[in-house]
Order: sequence, then structure tokens, then C-alpha cells
Amino acid sequence: MIRACSVSELPEGEALRLEGPVPVSVFHAEGGYYALDDTCTHQDASLADGWIEDCFVECPLHAARFDLRTGVPDCLPAKNAVRTYPVVVADGVIYVDTRAQRDVA
Amino acid sequence: MRTVAVVGTSLAGLRSAQELRAQGFDGRLVMIGAEPPYDRPPLSKNFLLGKVSADDLALAGQDDLDAEWRLGVRAEKLGRDGVTLEDGTTIVADGYVIATGAVARTLGAARCLKGVHTLRTLDDAVSLKRELAAGPGPVVVIGAGFIGAEVASACRLLGHDVTVIEATPVPLASVVGPEMGTVCAGLHAASDVRLIAGVPVAGFAGTDRVTGVRLADGREIPADLVVAGVGARPVTEWLTGSGLAVDDGVLVDSGCVTANPRVIAVGDVARYHCLLRGGRVRAEHWTAACEQAGVAVANLLAGSTVTHFARHGYFWSDQYGRRLQFAGVATEDVRIAEGDVASKRFVATYHRGEALTGVFAIDSARPFTKLRRAL
Repeated sequence: MIRACSVSELPEGEALRLEGPVPVSVFHAEGGYYALDDTCTHQDASLADGWIEDCFVECPLHAARFDLRTGVPDCLPAKNAVRTYPVVVADGVIYVDTRAQRDVA
Repeated sequence: MRTVAVVGTSLAGLRSAQELRAQGFDGRLVMIGAEPPYDRPPLSKNFLLGKVSADDLALAGQDDLDAEWRLGVRAEKLGRDGVTLEDGTTIVADGYVIATGAVARTLGAARCLKGVHTLRTLDDAVSLKRELAAGPGPVVVIGAGFIGAEVASACRLLGHDVTVIEATPVPLASVVGPEMGTVCAGLHAASDVRLIAGVPVAGFAGTDRVTGVRLADGREIPADLVVAGVGARPVTEWLTGSGLAVDDGVLVDSGCVTANPRVIAVGDVARYHCLLRGGRVRAEHWTAACEQAGVAVANLLAGSTVTHFARHGYFWSDQYGRRLQFAGVATEDVRIAEGDVASKRFVATYHRGEALTGVFAIDSARPFTKLRRAL
């Protein structure tokens, strides 16, 4: 697990990119925290820069929308899902288990 | 409506077909196109750089359409009895989607010289990429619009010596305004690409293969390879005799419907009545092609214009490792909303009085998106 940030650093509607070999982003939406691969599966764009609404993030480049819970896109142009990761909040700190990536169907 | 023929398997054509199915059309769907559908924007960027392959350009959802594909043939004529293809067959339909797109404008005198390219199709990109790989010779790009700038950027990243020639004094000024156009011009210099602006091209040097580009001021710029990014022309020749009004594109109303409610036009080929700007415009952009499809198809299925296309134009461009995004309309009142121009990482907003009319950003996707939504 890696430490993302403290809860106070990530208000609802915001996202934070965690740089690494594969960038992962943690999103705060609808009262929950979600972690996804940061790069849109359609074309190179950072989902942390995207628009967060309900339980979805919209890619800032071409408006593909991904379900934060599953990583599955609900509209074109994205064809493939992004991977999701478990998020744990403990003592006011958000942790992401980047090693337990969940490949989605 | 039992049969719909989509003429042009561009992004706009494919999206129209997807919208037809999504909006409940369960009849016969015929897809007619010279080329299979693919995503064009990466051609001047990551495809030239070798970061994506032709396979990666495939557009999603082609297999789910339950369509009859007539690929590799062009439409020759649209008449009362249907759309006639160059192989002589005629497809009779109850509704027609015109999505034949546009082709690159060429510079007449250069057509027969080797080494002079345009970039519009996958074939164009493959041939340009092959020539770029053949040697490090100097490249001259004619036109500093988005295609020109992206090609210049890719050629520079591939190690070529690059000169960009632009006829107008400030590149992109007609799109992003002179102030931001000047900022865009600076991106070339920052990457050691020469920009010669305000000078038209007078001709070419070379007999069999191009060796240089002659400028109107008498200069000659050496070139082993020339790429002309001088705009595109809508593909409408085949509509001669169709009775449809054509003037730099198929003339359609604000719902992308022609004077014949059974015929709609979408994407680069459509010159629609824009409710936001007033007057007719063609929106040669990826997002417009996607967004127009849903509106146009709803109107086709309804038999009249029941919904209108009224979205602000949006486009993006990747140049020299930076991401440019623009939405709306550029006015003279430009303000920096975030970041600073010197660092080439900022969001600029355009205003008319207190109203926000446009947003331009470099490497600032997040604040850009927020402001774009406020348009």
C-alpha cells in the first residue's frame, strides 16, 4: 500500500495523481474514494485532470467516461476499462494498494 | 424508415450509425466508404512518432452495428433513385447520412514533385512516415495551423531540421486570436523550429524531386521533404445533380438537416447554421463530428428538425510535448485565468463584456475543463 494523501487534502470532486511506473490516481466522489489507472485507455490523457461527476470521471481530452467503481467506460471513444485498485482510509490518511490491481472484465 | 445509407465511413459516419442503433433504428443499415473507419487525430502526432500503429487507430463499436458494409467504393451520385456507387450498384434508402468528410488541399504546382506530401489519410501518414525514416534531410512544413504545427513538432522530435512557412503574420490568429496565436508561434522557436510567418509560398525548386520551397520575398528554403498543411476541402462533387445546396460543404440547418428531411449531413462535410455564432460554419473537428451525429440522427428519425446542434467548438492539439486545448470563440478581450504565459502552462479566457466566450489552455487540462463547462 502506498500513502496517497490525508483526507483533508482531497475534497470531494477532486483527484490526485500518484506518480509511479504506472501512474495511478485516487478520486474522491460521492462520499467514497476510488483508485484507477490514471491514463485514459483511448488516448494519452490524465484522468486526474478529468471532470468528476456522480461516480464517473470524464476524460479531459475526448470525454470518455469511466465508472470509478469498476473502471469500465460507459461511452465511446474509450473501448477498454482502466484498472482499479483497493483504497483504504485509516487515521485520516488515504492509502492505495497499487500492487493489488484488479483487472476488469 | 426501413433502410438508411451512411455515405462516408469517417468518424462522423460511424458515430451516425451508432446513434441510429442507439436511438432505436432497427432497419437495414448500409455503410458506404472508400476507407474503413479509423481515428484520424493521432496521424499527425503519435502515429508519425511511431507510438501508435495503424491497428491502434481502429474506432470502437464497428462490429456491433449489424450493418452492411460497402468498403473500398466511393459514392458517385445521389439521386431520386438512391446512391450510386462507383462499381455501378445503386443503394435505395429511405434516409441518407452524408459523411464524406474533406480532403487535404494541395498546392497545384507541387503535385508532380516527389517529396511533397499532404497529411489527411492513413495512407498519407504511412507514406510520410516512410520518407521521414529514409533520411534526416531538411523538412519544410507549409502552413502553421494545427496539422502543420503537429507535423512540424513530430518531425523535430524525429530529429529533422524543420522550417514552418505561414502565409499570415500570426499563426492560428483566426482561431485563437492574435495574442494566443503569438504564444503558439513561440512554441516552434522554443523547440528550434524556424517559423517564417507573413510570407506566402511562391513555388518549388526541383525537377523530379523537391529540393526547396521558394517564397514570395525571393528566398528559397532548402527542403528534402515538404508537407503542405493548407486546409481541407469538403467532398461534395458526388452531390452534383442531387438537388442539395452545396457551398463549401453541404448546407444544412441547425439540426444538420438538408432541405430534404430524409438527408442529413454531419462532420467536416456539413456547413451548418450555427445558433451560437450566427451564420453558417463548418466544424472540422473530432468532437463536432461526434456531437453532430446524435442531433442529426434524431432529426432524421423524426422526419424534421426537432433538435439543434448548439455546442461550442472544442479541439485540442499536441505540439512539442505540450497539450493545447481551445473551446468557444476568441475575442480581443483575453485574460490569463491561471498560470503564466512565460512558462507555457496557463489558461486564458476570452470575454465579451462580462460574458465568457472562449477558453484556451496549454498543459492545463483540469482548469480548462472547468472553464469550458462554464461557456
